[in-house]
Amino acid sequence: MQRKTLHSAVASWSVIVVALAVCGADWLQFRGTNGASVALGPAPPASWEEDENVAWRVNLPGRSVASPIVVQGKVITTSSSGVDQDHLHVLAFDVETGEQAWHRQFWATGRTLTHPFSAVAAPTPASDGERIFAFYSSNDLICLDLDGNLLWYRGLAFDFPKAGNDIGMSSSPIVADGTVVVQIESQGESFATGIEAATGETRWRVDRARSPNWASPMVMPGRPGGKTTVILQSGSGVVGHDMVSGKELWNFELPCQTTPSLAVHQDRILVPTSEGLTALDLPAAATAPSLAWNSSQLNPYPASPVVAKDRVYAVNSSGVLSCADLNDGKRLWQVRIGGRHWSTPVVAGNRIFCVNADGQAKVVELGESGTIIGTSDFGEAIKGSPAVADGALYVRSDNYLWKIADN
Amino acid sequence: MTRLTLPTNLSLLAAALLCPALAARPAHADPPADLQSALETLRAVQPKGQGHRGAMQAWKTISQADADQLPMILAGMQGANRLADNWFRAAVETIAQRHQQAGGKLPVAALEKFLADTTQAPRARRLAYELIAGVDQTAETRLITPLINDPSLELRRDAIALGLKSAEAELKDGDPDSVAGQFQRLFAASRDLDQVKAVAEKLRDLDQPVDLPKHMGFVLRWHLAGPFNNADGVGFDQAYPPEDGVDLEATYQGKVGDVRWQEYTTADDFGIVDLNEAFNRPKADKGSGYQLTTEHKGAVAYGYTVFDSPEAQPAEFRIGCINANKVWLNGRLLTANEVYHSGMEVDQYVATGRLKKGRNEILVKVAQNEQEESWAQRWQFQLRVCDHLGTALLSQGRTARRPSATDLR
Repeated sequence: MQRKTLHSAVASWSVIVVALAVCGADWLQFRGTNGASVALGPAPPASWEEDENVAWRVNLPGRSVASPIVVQGKVITTSSSGVDQDHLHVLAFDVETGEQAWHRQFWATGRTLTHPFSAVAAPTPASDGERIFAFYSSNDLICLDLDGNLLWYRGLAFDFPKAGNDIGMSSSPIVADGTVVVQIESQGESFATGIEAATGETRWRVDRARSPNWASPMVMPGRPGGKTTVILQSGSGVVGHDMVSGKELWNFELPCQTTPSLAVHQDRILVPTSEGLTALDLPAAATAPSLAWNSSQLNPYPASPVVAKDRVYAVNSSGVLSCADLNDGKRLWQVRIGGRHWSTPVVAGNRIFCVNADGQAKVVELGESGTIIGTSDFGEAIKGSPAVADGALYVRSDNYLWKIADN
Repeated sequence: MTRLTLPTNLSLLAAALLCPALAARPAHADPPADLQSALETLRAVQPKGQGHRGAMQAWKTISQADADQLPMILAGMQGANRLADNWFRAAVETIAQRHQQAGGKLPVAALEKFLADTTQAPRARRLAYELIAGVDQTAETRLITPLINDPSLELRRDAIALGLKSAEAELKDGDPDSVAGQFQRLFAASRDLDQVKAVAEKLRDLDQPVDLPKHMGFVLRWHLAGPFNNADGVGFDQAYPPEDGVDLEATYQGKVGDVRWQEYTTADDFGIVDLNEAFNRPKADKGSGYQLTTEHKGAVAYGYTVFDSPEAQPAEFRIGCINANKVWLNGRLLTANEVYHSGMEVDQYVATGRLKKGRNEILVKVAQNEQEESWAQRWQFQLRVCDHLGTALLSQGRTARRPSATDLR
């Protein structure tokens, strides 16, 4: 049995490795293909200006606080427009030229009220490398192929009209093992559901606490028994479910934050809580996570934590970037980068790219200390997290999508 | 070229030659059988993934259609639900994009004919317009200007925006009295809140009478009863006596003593009933907030009004409420929303019902929770009665509103 489990685990990791190889340096979902906000390949430039290191910039319709993703040579981004923000857009641009490959529009089937700070296009789309899963605050889930052909359309608030809140929803979908998982939690109605990627049909649905929550689900591959676990975070803790069947596998009570999302790195789960940052361990052979450490010195908010190699990075609500040892949570250094960070930073090479809500970007060189090596200004409010692929940084505001790359 | 393109067109031509009556009908009237079947499959898409597998195949069929068939496909949106609308839209955009990328031209004349047909689905007509506007920069001025009363609220919105621009330009040079008539027409036609506000402001600048609550259909005159207990949220599901029938002379056991119905008329332009004000909640010593008080926190209030409808008719009851709420029409629960302090907007919750001719009773329940944060102290609601387009439905004998501060400027 143990042998079978090990084989399954190896097989699952192999699938992940192959997927990463096939997708190259694609950035397939919120906080990247690995979900830890770490990019493969070279680092983008440390600074840029209008005529330096800006490969292209394109105009966009509507509004968005979502991150772009990069799939098979296309940058995909979502917008919402119209007086009620009920027009939902999915746009694809060529990574090399910035030319629009296609643009699809839909009408929201769910609630479209949001706080003016947010937008209906708040969740970041996800991709399995073949399909795009665009999700919105209205709980519309749209599946397109890479050429913009509609494969299926689910109106999850059409199915469950009480799900949603008028501040706006922002939990991003995640896809693995042929299953798309979305987490919809509000006072009206709350659930998480796994939907078959190929057909749009529901594989499972679990009720969740009726309380507002903006955190995104996260995948942990290879456990238990080589299967993939999707971890759902809410105010009362984190719960592991089998990705394909939805079966609850474990439940760990924690006073979790409901805005920043947990990150996963190998056996470790990093959970933002009201007490700081909590690390849980979940080795492949374990049936439930155990507490590794808790740090009150790390307070990722509202951006999510980032994990790269043996370091964890967190930007707090005062605009201070902290670096800690992943093994024990001990803080190693801090640097003030300033501003409010809704956008989760991205690590590429030995740099971390941080963009605050005013559109000011700081690039920090990572080492024994954190050194700001570049400061740039997008000149637009930015709340979505950057995407990084093949040494290029992709950032969007309401009005623009930029590609930042060495000239 | 698939069966749906050249052969289909030939079959249509043949059918038209054989049947003069058919030839006289619009090009979008008769899709061929296989396209018709695919359109029906799309229209049959239901919530929770029902009909997906068939729709996926049908979508592929439809998306391979020729651009000349776009009006037929758009016509297929008639009667479709909101999910199916999106399958249709994606097919239409895919066809148009493929055709244009291949150097083809869209059937603009047929699309214009479709746009002009107000019996077609409003969203389909809007989509037809977007296709036209994508290839014809004159489309807006040619086609939109006359549409200020269009059943498509999006087309209407664009027409009102154009009308506003034109009226404002005339106002700079012309006679304000003559332009006022234009603004009045635009006001009467406007349905989107931002446009209603913008036109109202212009009219007020011109010293023209504006009755915003009447235009929107907000109920201003209420009888209020409360507070009843909602500690720990128990009051939302607890049916207090008003839910069993309203007796305006009754005395109820409330949260902190006897409760009687009291008349209340709001002077707010958008019909907001401030229950803190109505129930005399004391203000805080500092700032503009209220004190935390037992009787006003963890409390339920009821609002009751009588609506005299000139005829039996369907109606929408649109409530904006920062607190948990329920709405009944003639004793039938229309909507229940157990959501606290998650924003408040005009038309936040839309419930449908049917007014009977004559006297109708509307009862609203508004439950405040016990959160202590400064942003969780509002206890308010607003309700309007209108048709599906947002056109006000007014109770017969509705009396003139009390003037608001803005009217008295």
